[in-house]
Amino acid sequence: MRELRIREALREALAEELERDERVFLIGEEVGHYQGAYKVTEGLLARFGAARVIDAPIAEAGFAGLAIGAAMVGLRPVVEFMTWNFSAVAFDQILNNAAKVRQMSGGQFTCPVVFRGPNGAAKQVGAQHSQCFEAFYTHIPGLKVVCPATAADAKGLLKSAIRDDNPVLILEDERLYGVKGPVPDGEHLVPLGVSRVAREGERATVVTWGKGVAPALQACERLAAEGTQCAVVDLRSLRPLDHGPAAESVQRTGRALVVHEAWPYGGVGAEVVDRLQRECFGALQAPVLRVTGRDASMPYNKTLEDLVVPSADTVLRALRALLAY
Amino acid sequence: MLPRRGAPEAPQRGAKAVHEHTALLRELHRTMLLIRRFEEAAAKAYSQGRIGGFLHLYIGQEASAVGALSALGPEDYIVGTYRDHGLALARGMSARACMAELYGKATGCSRGMGGSMHFFDASRKMMGGYGIVGGHVPLAAGMAFASKYRKEKGVTLCFLGEGAVSIGDFHEALSLAALWHLPLVVVVENNEYAMGTPLERTLSVADVSLKALAYGMARDRFRADDVLTVREHFQTAVQRAREESLPTLLEVQTYRYRGHSMSDPGKYRTAEEVEARKRNDCVHRAELVLQEWGVTEEELQAVGRSVEAEVEDAVRFAEESPEPSEELIEALTYA
Repeated sequence: MRELRIREALREALAEELERDERVFLIGEEVGHYQGAYKVTEGLLARFGAARVIDAPIAEAGFAGLAIGAAMVGLRPVVEFMTWNFSAVAFDQILNNAAKVRQMSGGQFTCPVVFRGPNGAAKQVGAQHSQCFEAFYTHIPGLKVVCPATAADAKGLLKSAIRDDNPVLILEDERLYGVKGPVPDGEHLVPLGVSRVAREGERATVVTWGKGVAPALQACERLAAEGTQCAVVDLRSLRPLDHGPAAESVQRTGRALVVHEAWPYGGVGAEVVDRLQRECFGALQAPVLRVTGRDASMPYNKTLEDLVVPSADTVLRALRALLAY
Repeated sequence: MLPRRGAPEAPQRGAKAVHEHTALLRELHRTMLLIRRFEEAAAKAYSQGRIGGFLHLYIGQEASAVGALSALGPEDYIVGTYRDHGLALARGMSARACMAELYGKATGCSRGMGGSMHFFDASRKMMGGYGIVGGHVPLAAGMAFASKYRKEKGVTLCFLGEGAVSIGDFHEALSLAALWHLPLVVVVENNEYAMGTPLERTLSVADVSLKALAYGMARDRFRADDVLTVREHFQTAVQRAREESLPTLLEVQTYRYRGHSMSDPGKYRTAEEVEARKRNDCVHRAELVLQEWGVTEEELQAVGRSVEAEVEDAVRFAEESPEPSEELIEALTYA
């Protein structure tokens, strides 16, 4: 199978959907003339023209709201936030309009809009540019939230999101854009709301998503070298949340560790822990543990930043504690 | 004598033209009267505890919505605030569907899920009333964008109060509409009070239409006492949007007789001020003009009776309609 970087897989998904459906257009800061702040949209302006690849001024609330209004009357906008940090000024549009218009109108209007962009820490970009938004957005009924970890999922989830009749938020990752992975040729769709077993194992189950997947796999490989096999489940979609495969795995392993970069307090991990303890209560041999980003704003200093974000080392330490419980 | 300020003359070209002009004003007058009687009935039901939540009345401002929407066609979109009953009725939504929505019934225009602040009707392109001040203006820009994207001739009308022109979403939407030449008419209904705070305490300029200047947008500003005058001003702005794909900021100077909502006793203004404003009442003014154009007192009384019957029927319909079913709670969350 051919290999693509995640940014190329996303670009391929956008190009295919632009080609396939005239209702689809792209809008965001730097998406056209500049070729994308992270080069996801490179070449699309030349290929599809300025009517469909639209450079927006710095007005997230304005262009997010514009996209929602256009979606209500039948277009399929794909909004790029340069990073999800800047979505905070458009939060009202997503919370009060995109998520609610179907319900408030008694089902008369739908809102098929996609919001996408990088989420979480990059490299030493400080407190305001390093935040994870999954807890804020998964809290809201009416939204779907996905978080791809591989090139194949990035492409397949984005294509499904564009075809979905609900607002879908795609939380990508700047540090993953350059990561290569196999992507099937031809039409490739990954359904929203279906998790993926990234690694089989019988001793413990790591449940994670997005940037948590790689350190989880690395930690499990190190344990495998010692003869201990642990499973990794990549949730892929955080709302709707398909916890079934994770629960099935925990039924066998009796031990679960949730890993995410976002803050611990009220995080998506807490929702996962709640579901696992209820569904696997009889099988659990230890409390469900979490490895998360530390409960603090992101420091600029590189050494400190590395201590805040989960790594293979911190996942490994937590797995050892879980196995020894 | 009839107050003539701004009232258009009946055309003198012939009996047929006079008849058409009179027929139009009769229709607009009836809609204004329907809004007023509808809201009076709603206020009564609210005070009896039959309607819950917030209830923001439009009474006094009827000429604005009615004149504005008479300038639109079926291909045009309308977006409003939480003060949306007048817009809905002016757009031809039935008093039954609107009253049933206030009662939270399954037969309401939003199936009882929206209430007073969230009237929707997809079939009439009534794109909803919205409760976060200013947050709906970008949506309206999006609908105008969609019309242009699809090379359709539709125009979007977006209503807001003068209290909404300080929030960022208003400015971002104007900025985008002007930049991308969107067929949008942004209508600021200036009723002089942002809730209970007078305009001069919240705005640095008395002329709200000046907000258009920085965006290079066309603007207009006029009083909404005479519904035909309102219609003419809107026709100009709608034509600019439809023919030239250019946005306009309109400031409609108006006045609400009731409080901001039913919970507002209106102590921030004097009874004399309210009474003075009522002397320019748009419904009464339309009746005086109609009488001058030959409509009889008896005919006007018949209109009044027919409107009252329509409202009574709507109240009865709302009271007798079923509650929405529990299954809707989750079913409406996702498509």
